[in-house]
This record gives sequence, C-alpha cells and structure tokens, in this order.
Amino acid sequence: MTALAPAANQGSDDAGRPALLVEGMDVTYRVRGRDRLALKNVSFEIGRNESYGLVGESGSGKTTVALTLTRYLPRNGRVSAGSIRIDGADPMRMGPAELRDLRAHTVSMVYQEPGKALNPSIRVGRQVAEVYEIAGLGKSDAAERSAEMLRKVQIADPKRVMERYPHELSGGMAQRVVIAMAIAAEPALLILDEPTTALDATVEAEVLDLISSLRAQLNSSVLFISHNLAVIAKMCDRVGVLYAGELVEEGPASQLFAEPRHPYTVGLLRCIPRRGQRKDHGRLDSIPGFLPQPGHTLPGCVFAPRCPITEEQCREAPPPAFVLGDGHTSRCYRHEQTADLPRNTPVDVELRSAAQPGATPVITIRDLSKTFAPRGGPVQALRGVSLAVQRGETLGVVGESGSGKTTLARVLLGLTSPDPGATVELGGHAVAGDAGHRGREQLQAIQIVFQNPDSALNRRHTVRRLISRPLVKLAGLSGARLRERLMDLVRSVRLEERHLALRPRQLSGGLKQRVAIARAFGGGPAIVVCDEPTSALDVSVQAAILNLLADLQAKEQVTYLFISHDLGLVRYLSDRIVVLYLGRVMEVGPAERVFSGPHHPYTEALLSAVPSLDGTRGSRIRLSGEIPSAADPPSGCVFHTRCPRRLSSGICESAEPPLAEAEPGHLISCHIPIDELTSLQGAGTVS
Amino acid sequence: MAIYLLRRLGLAVITLWLLSVIIFFAGQVLPGDPGRAILGPFATQSAVNSLNRQLGVDRPLLTQYWSWISGAVHGNLGISYQYRTPVEPMLASALANSAKLAIFALVLLVPLGIIGGVIAALYVGRPVDRVISLTGLSAATVPEFVSGIVVIVIFADGLKVLPSSANAAPGSSFATQLRYLILPVIPLVFEFFGYIARMARAGTIEALESDYVRTATLKGLRRHVVIVRHVLRNSLLPTITVIATQIGYLIGGLVVVETLFNYPGVGRLIFVAAQNKDFPMLEAGVLTIGAIYMTATLVADLLSTWLNPRLRTAVAP
Amino acid sequence: MTEILVAPLTEAASGELPSWRLLLRRPAFIVGLLILAFWVVCAVFGTSFAPHNPYAQQLLATNQPPSAAHWFGTDQLGRDVFSRVLVGSRSILIVAPLATLLGTALGTALGLALGYLGGVVDAIVGRLVEAVLAVPAVIVAFLFIVAVGASAASEVLVVGFVFTPLIARTVRSAVQVESQLDYLPAARLLGEGRLRVMFVEILPNVMPTVLVEFTVRLGYAIFTLATLAFLGFGVDPSTPSWGSDINANYDVIGAGYWWETLFPALAIASLVIAINLVADSVERVLAG
Repeated sequence: MTALAPAANQGSDDAGRPALLVEGMDVTYRVRGRDRLALKNVSFEIGRNESYGLVGESGSGKTTVALTLTRYLPRNGRVSAGSIRIDGADPMRMGPAELRDLRAHTVSMVYQEPGKALNPSIRVGRQVAEVYEIAGLGKSDAAERSAEMLRKVQIADPKRVMERYPHELSGGMAQRVVIAMAIAAEPALLILDEPTTALDATVEAEVLDLISSLRAQLNSSVLFISHNLAVIAKMCDRVGVLYAGELVEEGPASQLFAEPRHPYTVGLLRCIPRRGQRKDHGRLDSIPGFLPQPGHTLPGCVFAPRCPITEEQCREAPPPAFVLGDGHTSRCYRHEQTADLPRNTPVDVELRSAAQPGATPVITIRDLSKTFAPRGGPVQALRGVSLAVQRGETLGVVGESGSGKTTLARVLLGLTSPDPGATVELGGHAVAGDAGHRGREQLQAIQIVFQNPDSALNRRHTVRRLISRPLVKLAGLSGARLRERLMDLVRSVRLEERHLALRPRQLSGGLKQRVAIARAFGGGPAIVVCDEPTSALDVSVQAAILNLLADLQAKEQVTYLFISHDLGLVRYLSDRIVVLYLGRVMEVGPAERVFSGPHHPYTEALLSAVPSLDGTRGSRIRLSGEIPSAADPPSGCVFHTRCPRRLSSGICESAEPPLAEAEPGHLISCHIPIDELTSLQGAGTVS
Repeated sequence: MAIYLLRRLGLAVITLWLLSVIIFFAGQVLPGDPGRAILGPFATQSAVNSLNRQLGVDRPLLTQYWSWISGAVHGNLGISYQYRTPVEPMLASALANSAKLAIFALVLLVPLGIIGGVIAALYVGRPVDRVISLTGLSAATVPEFVSGIVVIVIFADGLKVLPSSANAAPGSSFATQLRYLILPVIPLVFEFFGYIARMARAGTIEALESDYVRTATLKGLRRHVVIVRHVLRNSLLPTITVIATQIGYLIGGLVVVETLFNYPGVGRLIFVAAQNKDFPMLEAGVLTIGAIYMTATLVADLLSTWLNPRLRTAVAP
Repeated sequence: MTEILVAPLTEAASGELPSWRLLLRRPAFIVGLLILAFWVVCAVFGTSFAPHNPYAQQLLATNQPPSAAHWFGTDQLGRDVFSRVLVGSRSILIVAPLATLLGTALGTALGLALGYLGGVVDAIVGRLVEAVLAVPAVIVAFLFIVAVGASAASEVLVVGFVFTPLIARTVRSAVQVESQLDYLPAARLLGEGRLRVMFVEILPNVMPTVLVEFTVRLGYAIFTLATLAFLGFGVDPSTPSWGSDINANYDVIGAGYWWETLFPALAIASLVIAINLVADSVERVLAG
C-alpha cells in the first residue's frame, strides 16, 4: 500500500526508534474527590513491526492503557507520572492540531464491539472514506481507495458493503470495516482492544487470520489487548501480563506461556483446562481471593494477598522487575520457585457412580421444534431435535449464536413453549410446555444457572431470601429444617453465613454466581441447565465455579445441560456433547468421540477455530461466509453454504442429511460417509 | 414502509376513536339540561322540552353518539348551545389564531431548545450546563399564567414597551401582529424550552460517549466535524419525537395564555365552552386538539423512522 | 479447598454514603427544601403571624400600592395581599401531595400490570392511556371539575386520575426494562405467582423510578392546581389561594394594580421551583 500522507511515514524509516515507548507511567482517576491509581509504574516498549500482547482480567487496567495512548481518557483520568512516546512523539504534550495529526497518521485503534464503533446513521462507505478525506483526497478518490481497502480486509463485494448502514452488517463484517479504517493510514501503532471478543468462534478465527495476514503486509506495530491467553499466544511476539494496574511479567510469548515466572501468570494458566483435561482427571487449580480494590495501595507486591508463596519481603516492598534473560522479566521475589507453585485446589476428585445405562433417561425429547413468529416472518429456532440424557450425566451443548442452544434450554425449562407435536419428558414424565402450568414436582425437576448473575439475581433481595425461596417453594421446608438446609446449601457452594445478610451488589461476580448456583440446587433438582455460567466471570474465578459444579454433580447425581461457546470448558465438564447449527443437531455423541473425530465438518471447523495455548495444531479448516439467518435457512443441509467439505454431487444443496450413527452412540448428520470423513480429517489430529 | 405507515395510521385512528368515545360520554356526565342551560331559568318546561327534542338530546345515548360521530366524520360538528350557530366556523377561526401563536412559539422554541441542550451537553457538568439545565427545569414547572403575569408587569405595565393584550387591530400589518404576540409567546417558550433542551442534552451526551464518536475522533477529525457529522445526526433524532409531543402540550398551555391575554384562540374557546356547558363546542374543540396531537406524534414518528436508517430498513418489506 | 472467600467490601458497601446523606450535600436540594419548609410553616401557622387578617375587607383602602402598613399592597376588596400570600399555600399544600400520592399509587399499579402482563391487556389499556394523553392534562382536569363540581376532594381525585396514565406510562417502561432481566424467569421457575412477581420481585426494583416520578409529579400537581384556580375552577374564591387571587385580580393589571397578582405569582413560582430543585436532586442521586 502506498503511503497516504508523507508526513506520517517520515519517521517510519527510522528503524531504530520503537513504535511505542512507555516509561514509568501512572494513570490516575479522580473518583468522588479521591485519586485512584489505575496504572502504576507501567513500562514497556513495542519495536518496529512487533506485535505486543497485553493480557489481563477485568479491572487490570488494560483498556486504560489503550485509552491513555490515544489520549482518550475520560475527563477524570490523567497520566500522573511517566512518559509516553509514540513513534518518538509525546501525545501528552500535543496541542489539538498535533494530536489530530497523531491520530490521523500515527496511531489507530480497534475495539471490542464492532457494531457500536460505526456511526449508525452514516453509510459504511462514507465512514471509511472520511479517513482518506482527512488525508486530503477528493471525494471520488477517497471512495476509490476505500473500496480498495475493504477488498484488502477480504470483503468480497466492497461497493455493495459501502452502500450499507452499519446495522446491516454482521459483527465480523463490521469488524473488518473498522479494521480497514484503522489501517488505512498505515499507522505506526495499531491498538487492538479485545477485537474478537464479541464475535463467534468461527468468525473470530477468520478475523484473527486477517489480522495476521495484514501484519505481514503492513508496516505497523501492534498492541493486542485481550483477556484470552490463547488468542494472545497465537497473535503476539511478546507479552505483558497486567495485574491490578501493574505489569507483573513480560517476555517473549512462547517462553512466557511455556515457563511463566510470576505466580499470577502460573495461576492463570492453571485455571484453564488444558489439552483434553476432564473433570474425572482432577480439579482445575484456582486463584483464591480477589483483585485489590481500585486505588487501594498495598505496600508490597500487589499479588501478595492471593499468592501461595508469599514471604515477609513480599508484603513489605514492591518487587523490582527481575530480568531473567531474553527480555523476560518478572516482578516477583520468588520467581525461581514458580515452576512448582503449590496448588490452591487439591486435585482429588470425589468418585461418583457413572450414569446407569438402561435406566430411564432424565431428559427425553423427541421431535422438538420451536418456531418464533416475529413481524419479519417465522424463524425456526429449533428443528426436529431429539435427545436423551441420563441421570448424573453432563450434556454439553455447543454452537454459535443463532444455533438454538439457548432456545433448547428455555424450552426444557418451560420458559418458551415448543411447537405442537414435540415430546418433552423430564424424569420420565411428560411436562407442560409452559412453566406456569407445571406443578411443584415438575418445577422441582429442572432449574437453571444463568450466564449473568447480575441479571439473574433480584438486586433488591438479600442472599438469604434468594437462597431460601426455592427451599420454601419447591422443597416445602420451613422453620428449623429450612434453616438447617439453608446452611447446608450455603456451605456446599462455599459461601459463608455472613454473606446471607448481603445483597448481590455487595458480592463479587464469583460469589454472586455461587448464590445463583445455590438457588438452582435449593429445590433438589434432577436437572440443572448451566447457560454459559462462567462467561461473565474472569478466568481466575471461572475455575472455582467449574470445580464447584463438578463437585456438586458428584455429590447430588444431578444432570447438567451445559451450554457454552468455550469448547475447552465443554470438554472439561461434559460426558456427551451435542453440536447445534441453525437449530438442527449436526452431531451428538460421547465427548471424547466428538472431540477426537471423525466429526461433522462443522464440529471440525469449530474445533480448528479455537486458538490453543500450545500453538500448533494439525489440519485447520476455515469457514467462509456469514452464518445464514434462521429466518431463511439454506436448502438441503443447512450447513452447505459454509461447508469446506461440501460434496460436488449437489446432494448437500438438495437433501437434508439424516442423523446417522457413525459409531455406537455417536450420530452425525452429514452426506459424507463416515469412513471418508475419517480419512479426510485424519482422526486424532485435533486434540 | 407502506405497511408500517398504514399500521401506524390505523393505530392513530383507533386512538382518536377511543378519545371521541371518552369525550362524548364524559360530556354526558356533566350535570345540567342543555335546553334549560340555553333558555335560562325563566323559560317554561315545555319550551325547554321542545328545545331538547330539537337538539336531539332526549334520544338514547348511543343514537346521540352515532349521529355526533357520523356528523364529525363529515365535518359537521353540531350547533353550539351558547351561540346557536354551527361550531365549525368558530372553531376554524379560533384554530387559525391559535396556530399563529403556536407557530411563533415553535419557531423560537425549537432552535433555542436544541442549541441550549447541545451546549449544555458539550459542557456537561460545568457551570454553563448547570445554568441551562436548572433554568430549563425551573421555567418548565412555573405555570404559564405566572410567567405571563411577570412579563405583563414588566413589559406592558412597567416599561410600557409592549401591549398586554394579544389582539392587534383587525387588518394590522404582519409586523404589528407579531409585536402583539411577543408577550403571550414568552410564557410558552419558557414552559417548553426545558423539555426540548433536556432531550437534546441527553441525546447529545449519549452520542458523545458512544464508541462511534470515539472512532470518529481517533480518525483525527476536527472537533466540529465530529460534532456536526457524527454527534448531532444521532443525538437529535429522539428530540424530534419530543418536539411533536410538545406541540400537543403547547395547546394545553394555550388555554391559559389565551385566557390571560384575552386572545380568541381554540384554548379560550374550549375554556369558555366548559364554563357555559356548551357541549358541542367543547367536544369539538377537545376532539380537534386530540387530533392535532395525534397527527403531530404520527408525523414525528414517521419522520424519525425515515431519518433513522436502522428503523427505515427494519420496517421496509 | 482453601479458597479465601472474604468478599471485598465493594464501594457500595464501604465508601458510598447513603442516599439521604448524598442529598444533603447538594446545595440545590438544601435551597429547595428550605423554601418548601418555609411555605409549609406558613401554611400551618401563617394565620398566627400574618400582619393582617387575610379575610378582612377594607372597602376604603382598596387597591393600595405596597407600603409600610401593607407590604404587598391591598387588593380590590382592600384585603392585605401579604397576609393572603402567606396563608395562600394551605390548600394547595394539602391537595397536591394527596393527589400526587393517589396518582402515583394507581399509576404504579397500572404500570406494573401493563409492563409485566403485556399482551392484549397492554394493547387495549395502552390505547386508552394514549387517548387520554392526547388531550392536555389541564383541559382534562377542568372538564372533570366541571362535571363533578369543585371541592378539595374532587381536586384530589381529578388530579390523581389525570396523573395516573402519565405515571403508568413511565412505570411501564421501567418494568419493561426489568422484564429483560433473568430474575423474572428465575422466579417463574420457582412457581411464584404473578402478583408476587409484580409486587415483591419487580416493584422494589422500580421504586427509584416511582420515587422520582412522585417528586416530579408533585411539582406538576401544584402547577395544575394553581392553573385550575387561575382559570376559576378553584374551590372557594374567598379562601386565600394564590391561583384564585390571581384569577380575581388579573383584570386590573392594566389599571396599574400589579401587586395584587405579581406577589401571588411569585409565591407559586418559588414553590414549584423549590419542589423541582428537590425532585431534580432526588433523581440525580438515585441515578448515581
């Protein structure tokens, strides 16, 4: 790409100068008349053409870094110490004209929600063209260049996309447009703040591939900010780990993830189920405690209160950055002992009796369809789904947005009535379609843990009330027995008695989710639907919740319907997995079989879309195109429009494949014969 | 779009019909005997009865409603009890007078409110914002007759620079008529400035904090370009709906202002009709005001749908 | 398992002041409250410290301009305007809060029902509400007053009923926001009844909206009542009442007797502005 404005690239020939140099930066927010330190003594450097990853949980200050670099901090925020040099220039000392120039030519940014980043009332083409108009191009030239740029971000039909309004684009498409605008001026520094977090897995994979390929063509350095360790591992040369506003560890990506030298990094990596780890193999490790409150100043190491290997020194003085060679640094006095950091959570698993084969299934559904009828015409959210789930079993439900996984859960719960003709049996008895018509026993049979506890818990009620209610309504308890069972329940989700008087907003996210779990278990359910129960939580909290769910299942012999977009979590917790696409079952089978293959091409695509911390993997397939609308599903096999293994015979377009048994208990809905799938996929390449 | 338009129009007609039912039956609750009210206490009962028969008020209620509503649809709103003449010509001339006042008020109000709100939003939390917000809020809750009296006392009575009556001599020039309307318009502007400013402020603040404005700013666009092109376009959409609602309420304000300034508009017409229990006039006036309100909100809805690409394409077939 | 489960005391629990303390930190709230308190004191004790008998007519001293004896002058019947202004807040300060309370209670119940039950009920009642809202509140109010006759009780009922759809509309949209949240399906799954869901689950969460609506509507109740009195639909012309006094005397402004109307007008303005300062502060504090 030719340079837009000569001024912008004068500096880029100066190869010795880093694209970004941050030294000793403090950022302070003034909240209620008090200064709160959001970033403390942060120093890092991004070299020419380097890709630097900044990883951290919510509240770590990673977005504050991005806002500071573009000088877009809210009015109560300021850089209170240190210096910033972007391509040699200090944005903090710039006047309005210089700052505009910096933003136009030197630094640009892409952030999480592509739909919100574009102006809803201006056509996409105009918005992209603006970038070129700032650089002094005329209207028609700018339009020309915009189309060129959109083609570069792999938008097949730029002219048509330019005529559209942002809401007419899918998330992935919108993010491509935003990326196009960001790289149009070929900035020295491109900041990507969680650019794929809001996207579906297969779309995320495409966008990440796009970013990688653009990096190869462009002369830009990248600051990639994410909470997702695997994405950072895939995308970045070097990584910094941010914790409570401090950069606790930094180093080359491969080295840092292989040999982390800070207890926090070690802990984070242990929280994630690795390579086929399953609940029967042992519990995940977790990081105890909570992030320190913003503005709270600890005299020593910020991580000391949660660290399993603290000593006197750690609590007294902040550790300096120990240089470990190869540009790997760690702010930990005991960085040499991190390799064998003691576990916070014992590995032991309470053994449980396996699901009894032959017994009556706890959930039986046959021919379940659900059609919504909004104004635009009927939308079939589920079609012809049949499933059976045994007692004590976990059924993982996998699929992207629009796949119908949440609708499936809502139908089982009675929050949405299925289309006539379906059979829904819970615990061996047919149940009413609407929860309002279900009796106490039917209500008792199935409960749910919602994704977001802030939404699922009534914020005006106390924890005591929230947890007691199912005990009263469903278990029919009162008086001393109620109190006894309440305390039992509180202990079993590892809350404490003193939490009972609090309201949800006084609890952290993890504790709130425990309250929600306690409520779900209060009535003694046979089935608990877990609808993305950890996706609103940080990685370090997620592990503890997963462990809790696994323990409760072992103890109560409850059946889980575990819905998640995170295949790692599904694999960890599930005994069997069902893969949905546009409301149809693509594949169902034992978890290990579904993961090891042979699998449905869609499952294969989902699996290869997931970046892994271990980096390399075997065959990778990518889906192209958009997820079709459920209102207008493709003919034949609904997946054929995106299927990389579509048959040339035309059968995929014309006939819907049956859900056929590939091996005992493992069903796949595909026209490709199973042997062929096996050989195509080279069974076992995906781990 | 056509379907949406029809749907929206249908709803407006239903609402208007409901209003006519409410007004008509509410009118029946009003005590008193129309014939007696017109002829006065000294007329004989038989004269009153025959007048009632002539007016048709001795018929069953549903029949009366039917003849009233079918007449109304054909533009025949009945005979005023008080003036013994058809309602429509009086109503039409009153409407024309009120329209002058309302349009004058809107011409001042809308730009003032929008500019005030946008300025407040651009300086949110600073003194300018507080002054505009608090002034708007206070002015909005002071009844029109209160601010009306204050301006009369100051400008008509004290400084003697403007007439305290709104009625220019018949045949006066446009400028003179306008001069007579200045004082009555002030309370209306006072009353409604705050609402419009508040909406414009809220919309603008929301847009200023949005991601797309950040995108625009980080592109390196000049501040005024960001504001004009990216902020205002989105922030003023909700304000349109508010302005339309205000047109409806403005007419409520006219009752008071027209009474205070002795101005022969529709507000005063309704007020006098209510005082004199002149039902046909009252019902026609209230129905007309309802129809105006409904039309204004309908137009605003369509306008904001048309201006908002998200809605525009969503309702397109 | 050795997880430390000490919840961090969040800001809400530790640093944040209770709402009423935050209110007291707002100058606007303090000023509003002081003015309001002044008028309440006048309404209760006004007759005992007013310099003259507000009812006493002095037909030899009508239309006197403000002087040392009559600070605000006298009216067309020679009554002391200052004394009448002092005690003129009484009826409005009784009627307005009662009417607002009635409107808020009915409106909240209606809004809860419309927002939660939705469907056909919402469609039908919603249309009716729209129809009533198409006519300005003042006109609806005086039509009612003409129909049922003027009395303090009828004023409470009329203003209460007129406000019901307005409050219902606000509460309904707040309930619809709540309806998006998962605690409602969670309650359904526990088999909670509709009434319980509406009043125990949802109502506490929309209370801030209801409270703001009450304070804002209180200002409008005074607005409406004063306007009714000004239009001559007040209770009793001899009872001191700002609106009625203005109604009785505004036709002589032209003759130069401005004090008879200006001072009651300013009194009304001070009261509604005071209530608005309070309402605005409450709204801001509850909004965070």
